[in-house]
Amino acid sequence: MSVALSVQRFAALRVGDSLPERDFECGNVQQMLYNAALWNGHRIHFDEPYAREVEGYPGLVVAGPLLGDWLHQCVEEWLEDDGRILSIDYSNRAACYVGEVVTSGGTIKALRPESKEADIDVFVRNAEGALVAPGTVVVRFGESW
Amino acid sequence: MSLLSAELLENIGRQSEPQRELVTRRDIRKYAVATGNRQRKYLDGDQAPPMFHVPLFWDVVELDQLSPDGVSIDTLLPKFPLEKAMAGGLQIEYHKPVHPGDWLTATRTLTDIYEKDGRSGPLIFYEVVMEVVNDDQELVIKEKTTRILR
Repeated sequence: MSVALSVQRFAALRVGDSLPERDFECGNVQQMLYNAALWNGHRIHFDEPYAREVEGYPGLVVAGPLLGDWLHQCVEEWLEDDGRILSIDYSNRAACYVGEVVTSGGTIKALRPESKEADIDVFVRNAEGALVAPGTVVVRFGESW
Repeated sequence: MSLLSAELLENIGRQSEPQRELVTRRDIRKYAVATGNRQRKYLDGDQAPPMFHVPLFWDVVELDQLSPDGVSIDTLLPKFPLEKAMAGGLQIEYHKPVHPGDWLTATRTLTDIYEKDGRSGPLIFYEVVMEVVNDDQELVIKEKTTRILR
């Protein structure tokens, strides 16, 4: 990483700039691998008759933290090595299901030139445009791990 | 009348036993693949992506300790008078990077319980803070979970 280049990049940012959007679709295989990586045995994530008939969901529920991870990925792919995420604050507002295509993205909400920090409103939306996971990420340019 | 008895509120401040875990390249790689990450440093396991502390500190309990729906019971929490969990929120601060070979220790604290009136009745909120430190006791990650019960 070149600090000078990352500082230049920060200077060119404007409030209202959008981050590139990315579509995510969690299929059955990814769903299994993710919950296995967590050691998450909650049946709503892999037992479809249980999810539908007992819990009343329309399908297998994508685990909430995976949507949080997608918010991070959206920001990190845009940030590259020019900075790092200092913090995130998000909520899981609606459920998302296996096989559903959702979109992550973000908009710059505030810039603090003195600390090279940016606040970014981030989101995961579903195909109907409903907010599944809204949040805010704070990033700092010129500092990378 | 409040749903929150004095006895229930006494649980604020309750703390879990510290949990110490080893970060491995293999676990990082599995997590990066499973989340659809596209960055090489994570897919190769050279560094842990954000939120890797979620799988690292997920409770590993024995089969007979899981409830019939496959959930491990969080022993930090008291029994609440409302039980249907609604959407939750997460705040995470990242203070230091995480690499394979790091030993990290997490301590969870029930930091707040409060009540609000929702449109369809009372809601109970609770907050759990997890502090993750390295073996030098330096703060690596701080996470606050807020959960809503109705």
